[in-house]
Amino acid sequence: MPTTTEDIRDFIHAKFPHVTIADEEDIFGLGFVNSLFAMELVMFLEGHFGFRIGNEDLELSNFRTVVAMERLVVRNVPAAA
Amino acid sequence: MHSQTLAAPNPCSEWRHQVRVVVDEHVAPGADACDRDARISPHALDVAAREGWWGAALPVDVGGTGRDWVDVSALHEEVGRGCSSLRSLLTVHTMVGHAIDRWGTDAQREQWLAQLATGATLGAFCLTEPEAGSDAAALSARAERVRHGYRLSATKCWITGGLTAGLLLIFARSPSGICAFLVPAESVGVTRTPVAGLLGTRASMLAEVVVDACEVPDTALLGPDGFALATVITGTLEVGRLSVASGSVGIVRACLQAASGHAARRSCAGGTLKDQQLVRRMLTDMVVDARAGRLLCERAARLKDTGDPETVMATWIAKYHAARAAARAAGDAVQIYGARGCVTGASVDRYYRDAKVMEIIEGSTELHQVTIADDADRQMSGCAP
Repeated sequence: MPTTTEDIRDFIHAKFPHVTIADEEDIFGLGFVNSLFAMELVMFLEGHFGFRIGNEDLELSNFRTVVAMERLVVRNVPAAA
Repeated sequence: MHSQTLAAPNPCSEWRHQVRVVVDEHVAPGADACDRDARISPHALDVAAREGWWGAALPVDVGGTGRDWVDVSALHEEVGRGCSSLRSLLTVHTMVGHAIDRWGTDAQREQWLAQLATGATLGAFCLTEPEAGSDAAALSARAERVRHGYRLSATKCWITGGLTAGLLLIFARSPSGICAFLVPAESVGVTRTPVAGLLGTRASMLAEVVVDACEVPDTALLGPDGFALATVITGTLEVGRLSVASGSVGIVRACLQAASGHAARRSCAGGTLKDQQLVRRMLTDMVVDARAGRLLCERAARLKDTGDPETVMATWIAKYHAARAAARAAGDAVQIYGARGCVTGASVDRYYRDAKVMEIIEGSTELHQVTIADDADRQMSGCAP
């Protein structure tokens, strides 16, 4: 069964198939993602893992890396751990 | 009958039919007068309220009609077919309602949604500034921290519905980043000035909104503190983009209806204009553009209904196609009308002027070209940092 981390990786890979992004790498620091991609990430995480990201969690640091997103998901959906 | 079938490309839901009938009876007939007077008629505003259009995208439990995005798109297409100015007011109002529904606290939802749903209070989206249009990140409006709240200073221009709105959704830069604020239009420090002499959507009650040291409480902050660009702004503009795309499809259909009718009536070289092959080419393009535009809007709306991230690019693509199609169709409609189309009140002159605006608002055509090509580049030919 795919893990939370793999699911997040797969989503990013589908959007950027020609780039290898490490789990700890700052996606927004790569220079080619924008607010539209941030919105897509939020929609993906909410839809795929079935939770609503609250205003307090809507900050860039929660979406910068695969690891940060995995932590966000697990905090909100303990079953995804 | 034949032209009506063409003008209504796909099978019609009960909701769309209901809206269409009301638009034909109450919106379209007064649209040229609204355009001439540069103000939306009280009757059109009342009809929108009576029909539940202001709250179409809001949930039933707050007084909305709880329509899905496919239905909202159909509504904005039909209204846009009758009157782009009314559709523009619906667009920004729907954006504000959606923003509060999505990012509002329980208290904010309680305070605002019921009155927005009925249209008792209208909303306006205040993002654009003299030096910040498509590049929202460049905004210079300021939100200083004061005791128990913020002091806002901003100059916002081209604010659709700015004259009629009771609630302004204002974006400004605070120490933590770009933030969204809910500001009652009657607040001390807010001045609204009508913008006259517009090319298109002339009845959309446009204003320049100047906010001079306006103090609002902490509870005016909507959504995440400092991260509004990637949330409230982007998410709300997506709604606006779907609305403008849908309204643009409506313009194409209005052009088709007008132009095909005129071409069938107008004598030309022993027959009528519609016998001319070059005229038929124009009508054919309108038919195909209307059908393609609606399908693109429906796809974007369906993806939005299921929370699929693909809705983002699908909406950009729909708006890009529909706005350009509207401009093409309106140009051709005026061409078919000839001199008669160059007169205020001909309706096609209004479609022509309104369609140009569609290529500028909610992201210019050129911004769409860059964004859609970038997305294709990422997925297909490698990623250039």
